[in-house]
Amino acid sequence: MGNITAFLAMGGYARFVWPAYGLTLLVLTANVMLPLWRERALRRRLRRRHNQERA
Amino acid sequence: MYAWITKYASPRYAYNLACRLTPWFAWSAALLFIAGLYGGLVYAPPDYQQGDGFRIIYVHVPAAWMSLFTYMVMAGAGAAGLIWKTKVSDAVARNCAPLGAAFTFLALCTGSLWGKPMWGTYWVWDARLTSELILLFLYLGYMALQSAIEEKRTAARAGAVLALVGVVNIPIIHYSVIWWNTLHQGPTITLTGAPTMATSMLIPLLIMTLAYMCYFGAVLLVRVRVDILAQERNSTWVREVVAEAGG
Amino acid sequence: MKGTAAPVAFLALLRRDLVLGLRYLADLSNPLLLFLIVITLFPLSLGPDKNLLQSLAPAIIWVAAVLASSLSLDAVFRSDYEDGSLEQILLSPSPALVLVGAKILAHWLLSGAPLILFALLAGVFLYLPKAAILPLVLTLLLGTPVLSLVGAVAGALTVGLRGSALLQTLIILPLYIPLLIFATAAINHAVQGQAIAGELYFLGALLVLALTLAPLAVASSLRIRVG
Repeated sequence: MGNITAFLAMGGYARFVWPAYGLTLLVLTANVMLPLWRERALRRRLRRRHNQERA
Repeated sequence: MYAWITKYASPRYAYNLACRLTPWFAWSAALLFIAGLYGGLVYAPPDYQQGDGFRIIYVHVPAAWMSLFTYMVMAGAGAAGLIWKTKVSDAVARNCAPLGAAFTFLALCTGSLWGKPMWGTYWVWDARLTSELILLFLYLGYMALQSAIEEKRTAARAGAVLALVGVVNIPIIHYSVIWWNTLHQGPTITLTGAPTMATSMLIPLLIMTLAYMCYFGAVLLVRVRVDILAQERNSTWVREVVAEAGG
Repeated sequence: MKGTAAPVAFLALLRRDLVLGLRYLADLSNPLLLFLIVITLFPLSLGPDKNLLQSLAPAIIWVAAVLASSLSLDAVFRSDYEDGSLEQILLSPSPALVLVGAKILAHWLLSGAPLILFALLAGVFLYLPKAAILPLVLTLLLGTPVLSLVGAVAGALTVGLRGSALLQTLIILPLYIPLLIFATAAINHAVQGQAIAGELYFLGALLVLALTLAPLAVASSLRIRVG
């Protein structure tokens, strides 16, 4: 238990280290999610359009 | 040579290649991130001067490195588009920009968070941070130019010229900023700390850098394949791909 | 035939641009006016203290020069683009590089060169020390052509676009930074009594680099945007 608190405290620098890592995680995740969402939306839209054209 | 390029640079081939390569990059990135984070946050010992605060280096330095690397890829892809007129290289170039800007943004923010406990201020005009800020402006200018030109092919070619002008300028800017920094006797310790780092500190840094590069590869491939799908939406092969199962 | 046509075409285009530039005086005077206004903003916001203004003078003058120059870039290609003469220029048998060079030279003669005189006037407003006058002129002589050359690239890339004036400035200002750093350092060092040959050589190198590469980039950009 003590180990984890010490780890989280980061020798007193927690206020700086964790936001830095947190922001990095946020930005990197967003950059993965955005194109994947766009791909899904695009495929859905195209499939719908192709079905309409065939009909 | 030209026939080889037109075959392998065809949007359909590039799309399939991108789909096949993405998992490799993605999984490599994931594993490397886990190893790097463990190495950086747990394994590496606290720094003599900076304590645990130095651990920001493991997200700051790779981001800064990637911001430059991405620009080079962007300029290279742009050059390829100018020389061989391939649509795929245009797509690669234009998709590098937001990624590169994101890396630059991260480098600046993490650098700021590193600077505050070390020098007391959220911003320091040290050579690296100043160069990163200028690089961010270069990325934003590139993106502004691309969005201002409506026709995609023209936008890509104009962007390529701008990126190449930027590539020539980046070493000049970097050198000028370093010179400027020494001139005005800024903080004598640069943000990267001691010139030599203990191996136990260096290895996680290398792992994290590799992780970022694999991440870059994976994300770029996804973005490019979406771009290709959108651009080639009317062709038959896209119809087949889209008709297949899957969200 | 092409070889003999080039110098003639160069001079013809140069003369045409100069005549047009002098006819539409607003295009010429507005950037210079802007320069002066920006200069006056500084004493107004900093206070009239002579020592403060004197120490900041080289920087203020150069920043104002950079801003004024980047805003004058719009004029280089826009009117030709709008009336179709830009296409004519690109279609002509003379090499594009020669014609582009003429337009850039005209721009410098109309904006950069007068700027040097206005900068001396600004020096009076900002109590520029005597030791700084020659370095100021030298850095401007070496630097304003670079402003025109590199600026023309941005002008060519954005010609005819909506909001092009602002877009040009956004694109070009980061590229002006090395010039700014070395020019102001040169003047400040001269005031402190140091030799500034190194800084001037660097500015000279920037000029040579710009002379070699910028016309090429401008011609390519024009062909991409207009061709």
